[in-house]
Amino acid sequence: MSDLEKGPEPREPRRGTPHDPDAEHVDVLDPDAVGGEDAAKQVQASMAAADRPGGPLDLSVYLPTAKVTAGAILIALVIGAVLIAISDDGVIESLSYFTSYPWDFFTRSGDAIWSAYSALVRGSVGSGAAISTTLERSAPLICAGLSVALAFRAGLFNIGGQGQLTIGALCAGYVGFTWDLPSGVHVVAAALAGILGGAVWGGIVGLLKARTGAHEVITTIMFNYIAVAVLTYALSKDAFQRPGSDNPQSLPVADSARLPEIFGVHIGVLLAFLAAGLVWWILERSTLGFELRAVGANADASRTAGMSIPKVYTLAMLLAGALAGLASLSGVLGRGDSLSLSVVGSTGFDAITVALLGRATPLGTVLAGLLFGAMSVGGGAMEAAGTPRELTDVLQALIVLFVAAPALVKGLMRVKESGGGATVMAKGWGS
Amino acid sequence: MGIVSLLDKTAEPGGPAPSSGTGPQVRDRADVRRQRRLIVVFGIVALLVGYFYLDIDDFEIQYSLAERITKEDRPQPWDTQLMMIVCLVVVVVSLVLALVNRVPRNAWAGVLFVLVGVAFLAAFIIWNFTDQDGAVARTFFNPLPEAMRRSTPLVLGALAGVLCERAGVINIAIEGQFIAGAFFAAVASSLAYSAEMGLVGGIIAGVGIAAMLGVFAMRYHVNQVVLGVVLVAFATGFTSFLLKQIPSDPDIRQYLNAPLILERIAIPGLSDIPVIGLTFFNQTLLVYIMYVSIGLVTFLLYQTKWGLRVRSVGEHPKAADTVGIKVNRVRWQAVLLGGVFAGLGGAFFTVGSNGTFDNGVSANYGFIALAAVIMGRWHPVGGTLAALFFGFMLTIEVQLGQLDRIPPAFIQAMPYIATVIAVAGFVGRVRPPAADGEPYVKS
Repeated sequence: MSDLEKGPEPREPRRGTPHDPDAEHVDVLDPDAVGGEDAAKQVQASMAAADRPGGPLDLSVYLPTAKVTAGAILIALVIGAVLIAISDDGVIESLSYFTSYPWDFFTRSGDAIWSAYSALVRGSVGSGAAISTTLERSAPLICAGLSVALAFRAGLFNIGGQGQLTIGALCAGYVGFTWDLPSGVHVVAAALAGILGGAVWGGIVGLLKARTGAHEVITTIMFNYIAVAVLTYALSKDAFQRPGSDNPQSLPVADSARLPEIFGVHIGVLLAFLAAGLVWWILERSTLGFELRAVGANADASRTAGMSIPKVYTLAMLLAGALAGLASLSGVLGRGDSLSLSVVGSTGFDAITVALLGRATPLGTVLAGLLFGAMSVGGGAMEAAGTPRELTDVLQALIVLFVAAPALVKGLMRVKESGGGATVMAKGWGS
Repeated sequence: MGIVSLLDKTAEPGGPAPSSGTGPQVRDRADVRRQRRLIVVFGIVALLVGYFYLDIDDFEIQYSLAERITKEDRPQPWDTQLMMIVCLVVVVVSLVLALVNRVPRNAWAGVLFVLVGVAFLAAFIIWNFTDQDGAVARTFFNPLPEAMRRSTPLVLGALAGVLCERAGVINIAIEGQFIAGAFFAAVASSLAYSAEMGLVGGIIAGVGIAAMLGVFAMRYHVNQVVLGVVLVAFATGFTSFLLKQIPSDPDIRQYLNAPLILERIAIPGLSDIPVIGLTFFNQTLLVYIMYVSIGLVTFLLYQTKWGLRVRSVGEHPKAADTVGIKVNRVRWQAVLLGGVFAGLGGAFFTVGSNGTFDNGVSANYGFIALAAVIMGRWHPVGGTLAALFFGFMLTIEVQLGQLDRIPPAFIQAMPYIATVIAVAGFVGRVRPPAADGEPYVKS
């Protein structure tokens, strides 16, 4: 099957008629009917069906996708505006005399919506400081999103970002505040420890899946809880516990283990973009990436074509865990957070929505990570303007929901165009 | 390589090899692998139980059939040495059976596994309670009533998941249904000043999320794994947004987030049976609803025409369509009915237990319910058993967490480690309904 391993696979011509929502669900061939000869063809056909048509540099291909995404964001913002309006005291007050003086209702709603959304924008990209905060907030989302995206491409659903981040932070933090190394070496050692910790935590799940068939959705959920228990245990030990404190909290890492800054942001941001490039290279240009996508598209055909499914599952989860470990560095080594039970926040779960919005592609994940990072930072400013920051969570969920339902968005926006919105994801429970 | 040579010895004729013909018998590779796995697992269990036995200095503990110390139920002393020996014997006998490859292959295998599991758990619990300072610390209270309560949302959530997935719609959004159910149960109960109305509020919210699941999965063909995660995020964000909008002014709060809590109802006669009565028949209305739901879902799925249709659209929608079953209509019915159970499960977290809604009140139980669906192999009874197992482990965790035999963090992780072992060691590869997660489009 050497021809399998050679470079760019043939792509199917652009297909799909207008309103062909089923396009991504076509099973290319019955997996049971795979013969050895046809296996290679079938793998390629599956992958062609899964991939977006056209080359990666053909920008017009992205246009429908971009339109659907923009439409989804717009619809989500409209729903958000309604929520802002009905939750504003002034607006509710004006409703009581709506029939006699409706104008008040509209001006007050307009004011409330404008102040909330302008605060959201101002707080996230309104100033240089805001932009660097946004970038630093986005970096872990991008890395963790890449982790979920990479696993998705192999047909695995990695809900375990949370646990992998936790263990990554634990390892990076431990090296960061206990070891005594020269400054350049220290930060590298701490970063490697974090990445390794995440990789091991993810790799165990991959190994269990490969060896015993234990479903990764269950095991990653369970490993999230176990990771929290490990962190709790570590924080109850003298090696981690901050002296003179009763809270389960460690010291911040030594200055020599902090990520250096460039252009006003810590280097974790740069690492996130580099990681995106690396993931793109792995997925699109390497043999491993080809196998990964092949297994994700059709595991039965890939097995028949001679690929080792256990190897692919293990490596995919190992890489996904390493990326999650990379994501954990932003907090401990970047911002200099001390280890505590809330050290990773909800980054691991948010990363799933980031990867989904990014359609499990590296570029998409970067853009989605930047958007969600900006919303998360802007949410604080919005709360100061009187609207709860939880609104951004609702907005994020709605955006992903609408992006995943291109037919709905096109219907609402009256776009009559084919293509756009084929989400390539784990189809079902897998096997 | 001691095991390998041992395996060869057992391969001699006379062993209960799968093929019972005459002549030289060749052992199946799968059979060897099975035996090796059993030896490893039983060996580890036997070593641990043996260690527990040797580690205990004073076998005296106390037990109480009640959940706390009451006047009529004083804790009784209990010499656990005999119990420990029984556990040890069970485990060692199983290990010997595995060594000579005589572990049964039929239903008795299940019984044996359960026996080993129970023996290990009992030994572990006893080991935790012995050698503690103070009589109260040595007292093991009956965990079953609490376990039954904790299992309630898990069982209801698992039933919801089973219903949806047997119909071919993946439901990862159980957690979202729990959160929404919990919130709106609290609001409904506070508004109506009635705990039972809270259940209605929970049902409405659960069905609401189920309707979103249905619309996006069946009308817009959204990838259902994606959809479930997004719905959880939506429910979390939406309820916490609304919660912040409820003013902290107590006069207003009491109308929105100060629900009444369901009262315990002792069933006359049945609740007087020792242990069983306290466990099963002195619970809230929601727990009784849970019992009925298990039977109802099992009956509906396996004894009615509708259930056959649900299962067929989950396995092979095209075939079902060919014989005139309206695939999406049946799926809608299953998803919405699932929403009822999941919403009731959500109501447990407010009107069924603590009352006030707060962020994170459902403690990710929805994901545990999802794990129960998969561990129970998409069967209502299997899912229920898995959910009961989780409920029991989560209860034990609370009691053992206060003792100092092993670090509390380990106890905290125990239910999850047990799940990983169960899933990786015994459940293994599971087969979901064939058309699970695939939208059906008539061609």
